[in-house]
Amino acid sequence: MLAFLLDVALGSIHIPLKAVIGILISPETADTTWLYIIQQIRLPKALTAIVVGCGLSVSGLQMQTLFRNPLAGPSVLGITAGASLGVALVMLSAGTITSLYSIKELGISGSWLIILASSIGAAMVMLLVVTISSSLKDNVIVLIVGVMIGNITFSIISIWQYFSSPELIKDYLIWTFGSLGGVTGDQLLMLTIVVVAGTAISFLSSKLLDALLLGDNYARSMGVTVKRARLLIIGSTSLLAGGITAFCGPIGFIGIAVPHLTRALFNTSNHRVLIPGCCLVGTLLMLVCDIVAQLPGSQTVLPINVITALVGSPVVIWIIIGRNKLKGF
Amino acid sequence: MEQLKTIAIAQQKPLLQTSGLSIGYKLGRNNVKEIARELHLEMFAGEVICLLGPNGCGKSTLLRTVAGLQETVIGTVEIEGVDLGRLKPAQLAKKISMVLTDSVRSGDLDVYSLIALGRYPHSGWLGRLTAEDKSVIDQAILSTETGAFADRKLATLSDGECQKVMLARAIAQDTPIIILDEPTAHLDLPSRIQLMRLLHRLANDTKKAILISTHELDLALQVADQIWLMQPDGHMATGLPEELVMNGSFAKAFNKDGIIFDPATGSFTMHVSGLKSIAVNGEGTAAFWTRKALLRKGFTISAAQIAPLTVTVLENAGQPTWTLEREREITVCTSLRDLLITVNLIKPV
Repeated sequence: MLAFLLDVALGSIHIPLKAVIGILISPETADTTWLYIIQQIRLPKALTAIVVGCGLSVSGLQMQTLFRNPLAGPSVLGITAGASLGVALVMLSAGTITSLYSIKELGISGSWLIILASSIGAAMVMLLVVTISSSLKDNVIVLIVGVMIGNITFSIISIWQYFSSPELIKDYLIWTFGSLGGVTGDQLLMLTIVVVAGTAISFLSSKLLDALLLGDNYARSMGVTVKRARLLIIGSTSLLAGGITAFCGPIGFIGIAVPHLTRALFNTSNHRVLIPGCCLVGTLLMLVCDIVAQLPGSQTVLPINVITALVGSPVVIWIIIGRNKLKGF
Repeated sequence: MEQLKTIAIAQQKPLLQTSGLSIGYKLGRNNVKEIARELHLEMFAGEVICLLGPNGCGKSTLLRTVAGLQETVIGTVEIEGVDLGRLKPAQLAKKISMVLTDSVRSGDLDVYSLIALGRYPHSGWLGRLTAEDKSVIDQAILSTETGAFADRKLATLSDGECQKVMLARAIAQDTPIIILDEPTAHLDLPSRIQLMRLLHRLANDTKKAILISTHELDLALQVADQIWLMQPDGHMATGLPEELVMNGSFAKAFNKDGIIFDPATGSFTMHVSGLKSIAVNGEGTAAFWTRKALLRKGFTISAAQIAPLTVTVLENAGQPTWTLEREREITVCTSLRDLLITVNLIKPV
């Protein structure tokens, strides 16, 4: 809550905290400029941060359980790359739809198109990774395969960019920096619906995820239909990661870092606790990242991706060092 | 009375039964490598069954097939009279629980949560545990003596503790059949014996059928009610452990160059035998270990009382002496080491 308030309160234009609370409680009495900034810019951005934090963290948690690999996450295993490919496909196909902004003007149908493309891209890459990984036993190799597929996807995008017009590339590049600010109104509603749906599916499959902690064979011996479970998890992960990537760009590291932080904080491996826990920690971390990105007191706003990497990377290092002391994840 | 008992056994229905079963694994499309065929196996309630066989003969494949984790090539597996293929995964999970060789060292998983996962087929769709679930879990913890480390993380356990926890999870799954794939593989000797004794007691007390694949021949001979002996050619010998020893199946399955299964002692000897023969007279511990030492040195123990070479072991107030006779030449040794040195100096007859 405090982080949420701070996130709304801090920005390039100074608005006192008291006024912010005032606006949030009773909008009628407030200064119209401030009201506009809060309602149209900061509030949606903070809400987006919450939704993105939840979605990415939960998708990361699911990936880590599915692959039984502590370094798995949407950005590492090429899921984000797949989503990017989907978005690039839509954005760079010159002629029909020219830029992200024109897509936004298209309203709901355009947003759905991007979400769909992004989710399908994410699902395709994840399916590919899972298909290959089903014939592999070593999780580290699966990870390498995922990273490689991610690289392939990115180079396809690069080739495409090479042949595209500069304006289109610029739009796409800005998108890749990641931004929480571009999501407003209807899109926020849709993103929220997508993330809530994905998280709900994930929460409902928490029992499955628990069983998968022991590996496919044990899960099978306990009555899990592993293939169906995989599909379910891949589906909700793609929905979460794909949807978020479509609107906010590829935001890295939250998906890897938050599940680890949550496990450490809640000291459990029970997904019934971990999934809500991830939402909480993810929200908090995303809001903090957003606050930092605004560089309070200055006029500049950094791309959110820069900050998440700055926060996320130390966590990854911490995991690798910690693994030497304690096996597993 | 004896007759009544025989009839009772004959009427008991097997928990699990295979008929005409062939097992194997897929090498590719339409290409199946068959490992063993024509398996007619039966498991009864309250039995410990040990599946023995050299490495790579397909023990794990058989276990996986019987447990429904792998498809049969030909033939059927029936559980309580119902074909395995017709059971849904969730139903099957209430019949058979498993302890596998897969590593499950997820660092953040604690022992209690892992054992509680055994309730998976019984608990609701969110996995919430009822009072009944909890009492089954507590019972599983109690019977495996894992209570002392129930709140520790899995990664901090020793191999022996870990294996007990995995067994507790299988018990918590509350199935009439438990299948364990080489549960004693990475354990030290006391832990192995402890685990086997635990399984034996469990089968006795709870009337579960327990199938164990293992390399612990001597332990298997002690605890098993039935032995399935798999041979590299895919042939399977089944029966009481004693029967298999007596009819020579053991010797056939395990005899390799220089390794000989001795039906008289139920153990393996590594020596190259037949070079020198010796008779050992005497009773008790000293005589027993004298025979062992001589076997190790490459002698065969003659069944006759008097051979060209004869040792008589006498124990006086816990102090054994060894009298070695050879063609009326008598040497008395006061330690086993002396005896072995003296005996070794004698040229083969």
